[in-house]
Amino acid sequence: MAELVSHPDEVRIVSRRFGQGATEIDRYLELDGYKAVQKALGMGPDAIINEIKNSALRGRGGAGFSTGMKWSFVPKTSAKPKYVLCNGDESEPGTCKDRLIFEQDPHSVIEGVVIAGLAVGAESGYIYIRGEYRYLSIIMQKALRDAYARGFLGENIFGSGRKFDVYWHGGAGAYEVGEESALMESLEGKRGIPRIRPPFPAVVGLWGGPTVINNAETLANVPHIILGGADWYAKLGPAKNGGTRLFCLSGNIAKPGVYELPMGYNLKRMIYDVGGGIPGGRALKAVVPGGASCPCLTADEVDVSMDFDSVAKAGSMLGSGGVVVIDDAQCIVKFALRTMKFYRHESCGWCIPCREGTDWLEKTLIRFHSGGGMKKDIDNMQYLAENMLGRTFCPLGDAAAMPTIAFVKKFRKEFEDHLEGRPCRYEKEGATERLPVMAH
Amino acid sequence: MKFSEEFETRFKEMLGNYPTERSVLVPTLLYIQDEIGYLSDEAILEIAGRLALTELEVRNVISYYSMLTTKPRGKFNVQVCTNISCMVRGGEEILAHCAKKLGVGHKGTTQDGLFTLEEVECIGACSWAPAAQVNYDFHENLTPEKIDGVLDEYRKKATQ
Repeated sequence: MAELVSHPDEVRIVSRRFGQGATEIDRYLELDGYKAVQKALGMGPDAIINEIKNSALRGRGGAGFSTGMKWSFVPKTSAKPKYVLCNGDESEPGTCKDRLIFEQDPHSVIEGVVIAGLAVGAESGYIYIRGEYRYLSIIMQKALRDAYARGFLGENIFGSGRKFDVYWHGGAGAYEVGEESALMESLEGKRGIPRIRPPFPAVVGLWGGPTVINNAETLANVPHIILGGADWYAKLGPAKNGGTRLFCLSGNIAKPGVYELPMGYNLKRMIYDVGGGIPGGRALKAVVPGGASCPCLTADEVDVSMDFDSVAKAGSMLGSGGVVVIDDAQCIVKFALRTMKFYRHESCGWCIPCREGTDWLEKTLIRFHSGGGMKKDIDNMQYLAENMLGRTFCPLGDAAAMPTIAFVKKFRKEFEDHLEGRPCRYEKEGATERLPVMAH
Repeated sequence: MKFSEEFETRFKEMLGNYPTERSVLVPTLLYIQDEIGYLSDEAILEIAGRLALTELEVRNVISYYSMLTTKPRGKFNVQVCTNISCMVRGGEEILAHCAKKLGVGHKGTTQDGLFTLEEVECIGACSWAPAAQVNYDFHENLTPEKIDGVLDEYRKKATQ
């Protein structure tokens, strides 16, 4: 079980049942569980979609697209079955929030899937959980069995005469599969290679049927919106950014942990107050505000409201809620290299700008970090990364390019400091050789 | 090829969860690997036959997923994360410490067949970094001393 934390500024919605034994269905029911889905059964699809639209709930996986809008794109009638797919392939470095939802409140995800299904007219849903989270798959499978046993899932849910099935599905290690079209390929038993869009999944998705794909945290919010109302939820955050977010504080911070804070919470306050600041008398150097794919913010740029639009305005992304704090003992070149090593490893190789671009950038960064960089490489890295943007089937190419551009632009001096064999001044004293970044 | 009864029950149940048989492939491969340690040629042929796929189609899927392996490995797979959140909190030192203690490098297996060491990408333990997984178990907020204790525990478990 992962450690739970708390802070007075938290607004607990998705995390309100954390630490309360809600994996047990009876306890979940005591804590208002499965009330929302029963309410939704009486609402009708349009009313549900409108409620979610008005709540200003936006996708918690990273893209921040309006959930209600996404649901409204699913055609009313379809010759093929429609599906709901919950994305629990959480793999973005810095992100560990869906893990807590599955661990502490699995039924809330099931309930969200069923409500999404009622909204779009689907009769089955899948909850895809990454392979590394085996213990969570066991928790989820039990939750599903319990829900079936009570008649909350199956042929006649809550005696309504409506049918709805929810199944668990497991991955086997692949970041790329968190991308929606690759996720569907993986669920269909194939390599997780992205599909060309259009058509979008809402029209042609799983096995050719219209499919709604939402992140686990997004779906876990849905029952609370149905019960609490769209107005209440929308007002928790700034305009067009409803609700709260699970922010995963990690890196060089005194009190790391997953905190649920209102959308629009100030990042500086999040670091220094909620997270307790930078330990060891160190100073803040940079923050990756929403998982590894998001451009870093420098110490001067952290006075920003953490909502989708404000972070975008500041030149980065709110992403998946992974806030990685970097102190002044860290080497940005090494950080950029480790980030690129990840994307090179995870690139599926389907499109050339991503496959070749990540490899080339990693090699350049390795050379740089080991002291063999050349001045022209600095501009080359930026040029190369800029030319990957928007030229791949899926956002993995962008995810690799965007942080690289920011590292080079904002920390150019650190790259220059590594030129012509100068030793990296951040390596620990007494280290006889640099720590190699192992290839795998 | 014979698998356990538990596997067969699960396999049968999963086949009923999807409109196409092939959809069970990825989680099934992982369950097979859990049972026999790796995806042997025999196991690959067996699952290909059951799902009406070619051997190549199955191998094509296996090679994509980083958790799946066609090579035997140690009883305990020690997976140390060195991705950004773990790296800035000493993940590389944990990896180097394990390498020294076990006397093997990335994807190496100890001579007694007990441990395989692997440097892995983000395992979703960022707020509890540095972290490692031994098989499916998470070990978090690690220090070199703490991982020593963890590895000793597994060694003890194996000899009991």
